[in-house]
Amino acid sequence: MTGMNILYIKRALFFICLTPLILLVWRLLNDELGVNPVETLTRSSGLWALRFLLLTLFITPLRWLTGVNKLIQLRRMIGLYAFFYALIHMLLYLGLDQLFDIGDIWKDILKRPFITIGFISFLMLLPLVATSTNKMMKRIGGKNWKRLHKLTYLVAAASCLHFLMLVKADIREPIIYIVILAGLFIVRLTHFSKTKLSVSH
Amino acid sequence: MIFFRKKASWEIPESEVTDYKVYQNRRQFLNNSLAIGLAAALPSTSYAISNDQVESLTNLEKSSFSSDEKQTPFESITTYNNFYEFGTSKESPSLYATEFPDRTKPWNITIDGECDKPGTYDYHELIKPFALEERIYRMRCVEGWSMVIPWVGFPLADLIKQAQPNSKAKYVEFTTLLDPEQMPGQNRRVLDWPYVEGLRIDEAMNPLTLLSVGLYGKELLGQSGAPIRLVVPWKYGFKGIKSIVRIRFVEKMPMTAWMKANAGEYGFYSNVNPNVDHPRWSQAKERRIGEFLKRKTLMFNGYSEQVADLYAGMDLKRYF
Repeated sequence: MTGMNILYIKRALFFICLTPLILLVWRLLNDELGVNPVETLTRSSGLWALRFLLLTLFITPLRWLTGVNKLIQLRRMIGLYAFFYALIHMLLYLGLDQLFDIGDIWKDILKRPFITIGFISFLMLLPLVATSTNKMMKRIGGKNWKRLHKLTYLVAAASCLHFLMLVKADIREPIIYIVILAGLFIVRLTHFSKTKLSVSH
Repeated sequence: MIFFRKKASWEIPESEVTDYKVYQNRRQFLNNSLAIGLAAALPSTSYAISNDQVESLTNLEKSSFSSDEKQTPFESITTYNNFYEFGTSKESPSLYATEFPDRTKPWNITIDGECDKPGTYDYHELIKPFALEERIYRMRCVEGWSMVIPWVGFPLADLIKQAQPNSKAKYVEFTTLLDPEQMPGQNRRVLDWPYVEGLRIDEAMNPLTLLSVGLYGKELLGQSGAPIRLVVPWKYGFKGIKSIVRIRFVEKMPMTAWMKANAGEYGFYSNVNPNVDHPRWSQAKERRIGEFLKRKTLMFNGYSEQVADLYAGMDLKRYF
């Protein structure tokens, strides 16, 4: 992959990641979001946040698999999109469910465990977004940056839990995401145990 | 011995006999043909609701219990359903209950337990003595959304009086049909099938409590709980058990399907109560289907005047 190539890929990726939002807005304008459009919007934005979050965790194993190290350059955009969809998800909840009533929101966060966990995972995304620029990366140092961004694992796990706790009885869908996340963890564990072995040889 | 015989003029060859499967599904066949015809004629896609299959209900009495709020459109009421017997998504029941209930089979309802006049009745026979009325009720789902639905039915109290419960009858237990062939959702154990619900006898006798057989002036569709379902407007929607096959008078509080699934979240009473926390859905507010912003939920879903006395002196935080 040349420098030119990655630029084109990044541009394409930018629009690809925007597609779910464009489709949602399109469906909203055409009254195609079903009987409860607000619920559909909240659900979809949350799901896309989780999907993009898991996608950021796919990049590293994909690098190992393909040997294409430049893939890492795509991770920031995917991560920022995860935040973007999480922000929409959050704003829909704050605005259309809670009418931006701070008292009600605070009570709700304290009262309902799945909201508590969702809120915490959103807060954990903030330092990751704040340190996403090259400048900030340099300022805090590569090692610290890496350590801080391990938080992604926790956010992903908390988001899966948030989804699982929301579901009433049929847990198939959240289980799919939990299995994917577990897979991503296992891939890392096996990779690192192998590299350790080869180092000790 | 007769080796061959002459065919009578009315006999048709075996090949012309309609396949039994097709015959059984003739309504769907007609519906599909109609849908294809419509799809070709109309520019936009329309879903095939089998509304044309059900009978209109006429001579309905109006009820003074009716709400004058804006009614939720028929399409919304019949395409956004929680009826896990047909799948767990809101759309599944309207997609998979189009042939439900199988009208080639009789629908029997058993009334038994602690009563003097038990019996098993065909659905039509059972409802014949009762005058049907239209009741426009608010419906509040535990998930935080609500509708306004023009039900057609008769007070459960009328049926209970006929069954003559004895002094041991403290509760009424309701059971939904168990038939995984007709209800594909029952093939997965999302809940402990069949669905069971219950009311205290005085709740069951309250004039608001309705056995519904229709909505918007027509017989119920499968997804709405055909042929007969319970409507208890001051309780969360899941108390309104659908497609009932058994009504039993019992001494002990029945164990409901949702209590079995998660007793910490779903209590026996499940009265609409904005002041009692639910771990997942804020019960303080609700979204009326068709509206974007949430509105405040009313105590007993706005039916305090009729039902608050039933719970006088009870700690509703404990008996949720």
